[in-house]
Amino acid sequence: MGTLRIASSFKNVHAIMHAPLGDDYFNVMRSMLERERDFTPMTTSIVDRHVLARGSQEKVVENILCKDKQEQPDLIVLTPTCTSSILQEDLQNFVNRAILNSKAAILLADVNHYRINELQAADRTLQQIIHFYLKKCSLTSITKTIKPSVNIIGIFTLGFHHQHDCRELKRLFYDLDITINLILPEGLQVQQIHTIPNAWLNIVPYREVGLMTATYLEKKFQMPFIDISPIGLIETSNFIHKICSYLPYNPQIQNYINNHTQFRVQSAWFARSIDCQNLTGKKAIVFGDTTHAIALTKILVREMGIQVLCAGTYCIHDANYFREQLEGFCHEILITEDHTKVANMIARLEPSAIFGTQMERHIGKRLNIPCGVISAPIHIQNFPLGYRPFVGYEGTNQIADLIYNSFTLGMEDHLLEIFGGHDIKEVITKSLATQTVITWSETSLLELKKIPGFVRNRIKRNTEQYAQQNNIRLITLEVMYAAKESLATYI
Amino acid sequence: MNTQLNFECETGNYHTFCPISCVAWLYQKIEDSFFLVIGTKTCGYFLQNALGVMIFAEPRYAMAELEESDISAQLNDFKELKRLCLQIKQNRNPSVIIWIGTCTTEIIKMDLEGLAPRIELDLKIPIVVARANGLDYAFTQGEDTVLAALVHRCTRQNTSSNSTRNKLVLFGSVSNTVANQLTIELQKQNIQIDGWLPSQNYIDLPTLNSNVYVCGINPFLSRTATTLMRRRKCKLIGAPFPIGPDGTRQWIEKICDTFKQKPIHLVEREQQIWAQLQEYCDLVKNKSVFFMGDNLLEISLARFLIRCGMIVNEIGIPYLDKRFQASELQLLKQTCQQMQCSLPRIVEKPDNYNQIQRIHEFQPDLVITGMGLANPLESRGINTKWSVEFTFAQIHGFFNASDILELVTRPLRRNSKIFK
Repeated sequence: MGTLRIASSFKNVHAIMHAPLGDDYFNVMRSMLERERDFTPMTTSIVDRHVLARGSQEKVVENILCKDKQEQPDLIVLTPTCTSSILQEDLQNFVNRAILNSKAAILLADVNHYRINELQAADRTLQQIIHFYLKKCSLTSITKTIKPSVNIIGIFTLGFHHQHDCRELKRLFYDLDITINLILPEGLQVQQIHTIPNAWLNIVPYREVGLMTATYLEKKFQMPFIDISPIGLIETSNFIHKICSYLPYNPQIQNYINNHTQFRVQSAWFARSIDCQNLTGKKAIVFGDTTHAIALTKILVREMGIQVLCAGTYCIHDANYFREQLEGFCHEILITEDHTKVANMIARLEPSAIFGTQMERHIGKRLNIPCGVISAPIHIQNFPLGYRPFVGYEGTNQIADLIYNSFTLGMEDHLLEIFGGHDIKEVITKSLATQTVITWSETSLLELKKIPGFVRNRIKRNTEQYAQQNNIRLITLEVMYAAKESLATYI
Repeated sequence: MNTQLNFECETGNYHTFCPISCVAWLYQKIEDSFFLVIGTKTCGYFLQNALGVMIFAEPRYAMAELEESDISAQLNDFKELKRLCLQIKQNRNPSVIIWIGTCTTEIIKMDLEGLAPRIELDLKIPIVVARANGLDYAFTQGEDTVLAALVHRCTRQNTSSNSTRNKLVLFGSVSNTVANQLTIELQKQNIQIDGWLPSQNYIDLPTLNSNVYVCGINPFLSRTATTLMRRRKCKLIGAPFPIGPDGTRQWIEKICDTFKQKPIHLVEREQQIWAQLQEYCDLVKNKSVFFMGDNLLEISLARFLIRCGMIVNEIGIPYLDKRFQASELQLLKQTCQQMQCSLPRIVEKPDNYNQIQRIHEFQPDLVITGMGLANPLESRGINTKWSVEFTFAQIHGFFNASDILELVTRPLRRNSKIFK
């Protein structure tokens, strides 16, 4: 999945999955969540009974060559899945054979489905593609850009608010008078890859995806990289300072930061305003990927004075870094991939707000605790149309809103509970005839209960009306359906 | 004009849901069941995405996620599965646990059918094994594998009465509302339904023996039909499927024929429904539709839409059992003659890439397709309807014919409203 996300982020790169029917739901996610207008550049070379019996033989090679002709991509990435991993077919051999006859370059993604997760696969694949195109490049052939420039590594499809974050970063660099050399991999063409080393330094805003590439580039081309996520005021300042340490000294920078934190950005003032006093010492729980969980915890604690009872991540492979970063910021640390453990932890600690993934939002719903979504896995509502970055100065505003709104809703809820709800009078159903002599049979009452609450009363009224018009005293299932049928009119 | 049905077969590089998605509706249908999907992260990820919100509502299904040690046989399958099933039994106490085999269990040749009886004996809880994997099946065929597995669990002898009266059992999972509606419809013809497969509860599975007539209500149940005939000597009533008023009428007629009942007011009933659909039909008349194919309902839906006056460019379908769908294909042919239009081409195992080329060529007014292709097609100015909705909507019987057209016309109505 991570491999596919990387491959489909590049321009004119096609992914071919060696997988059984139905494993290609990635294109559903991309087309639905991102509301993508283009066909997902991905095909499945179907593994079926015949493949099991005789091996893929020519099939994979044929599919590769067919795509090469149909779409004329620059690069084709062949992706194994957990099913094809166990088949232990020599996919590299297929790749080697296909290369002979194809115009496109072909790569086999080096991922093992039983050992790594989606984010690790994405990280690995990105590094693999960059390495593939840069391995022949030598240090001497590089011409650095005249003006300071950076590469942004790790912006890709289905990422949490990646598009907005990318725009915000661009704005930040524009303000700092730094040009952006390339953005990897979103929208990148493979022909551009050889210009990567021309930048002065690399930026890795999310440590889950891009670190491997940045480390590789550092080793090979001595390109420094910055892995601070500029999420929150303090981290954004750190981020800018760190960048500037690689550039010629510019006295304007400190002014720029001060100006922003003190005057331009609402969130800084907001945190000091009287409204935010109410949040002091409130209890929260944070869970998500490493980047966002760490950033949010630090913001809650350092910038808003909120107590974080527990911070956690599902990035098990990066657990040490997570612990190290949040040392002293929270009472407990939870590292798990099991969402029932997270649910139990939330139930035990009873925070007044949760900041987590969609999973935690649903847990929150069950426990009646408000939840702000800060990290993948996410639903379609986390791909907003409006501008909602998490990084940079505008990001701090967005996060402040998110945090504040989660808590106020909670407060409101409690007040309502104390006073017994918005409207404590019992709802009186509007009925047409006050003395209806119509009775409902047992089965039809059961059926009525199955109808969703918000339309149930209307259906009940309509059915009774129908019964009255037709002089029916007892409403049976049949009468119900007949009533529905008589009302089924063209909308 | 084309008067013979043309069948083609392409590469099978098309998009559909994995058949394990059948747990989504089956666990809700069979209320005392628990579904255990034995697969990998990919399967889990798919279920999580496809079923969205449902997974958070304490559903009665779970994943047994295979890890590297399972694959390399370092762990004992028997012990692992027994442990899991024991846990399920203790926490949920279901009447049956249904194991869903996946591609991975298939490839590593995990002997689920062999393990199940042993664990069943130890834990004293029925365990049914269905191989709903993407190697062999597409989307709705998952239900077929589960129902076929359930056939073996139905009793042979009816304990309460030993009458030799012929019985009627319907097979296919529909919501209880639709089941009630079809029951009422047949009651009007003095025909009693003696059972459903699946039933609302596992413990109420119908009795099946050679006195039983069975009739399918969904076109993707060919395996179940075969199992019913071969293993239980049931007699299959071959009929078109009760989708659309035309299909429903013929379906009831065929059942009436079998039970030697003269249909009562059936033609009038059909006409009455058509009259109600008039406004929808006016809207779709002479509009063309293209089925990309992913859920096996395509033939029945196309037949109904042709009868509504639409022109069908192509019927893509993952798999076509010509014997099980014989009556449906016959009705499709008749309908085309009656509506004086040429017979559509039927493409089995379609290739999505080629289909998109053909869509560009035909420029159909509506494409019925999966979600992966819907948005890209819309952005190219082609109206689409998600095919998955037909699987989850209530589309059977006279009552629900308008719901089908509601779905079909929605994109047409929406787009005529916003682009004016």
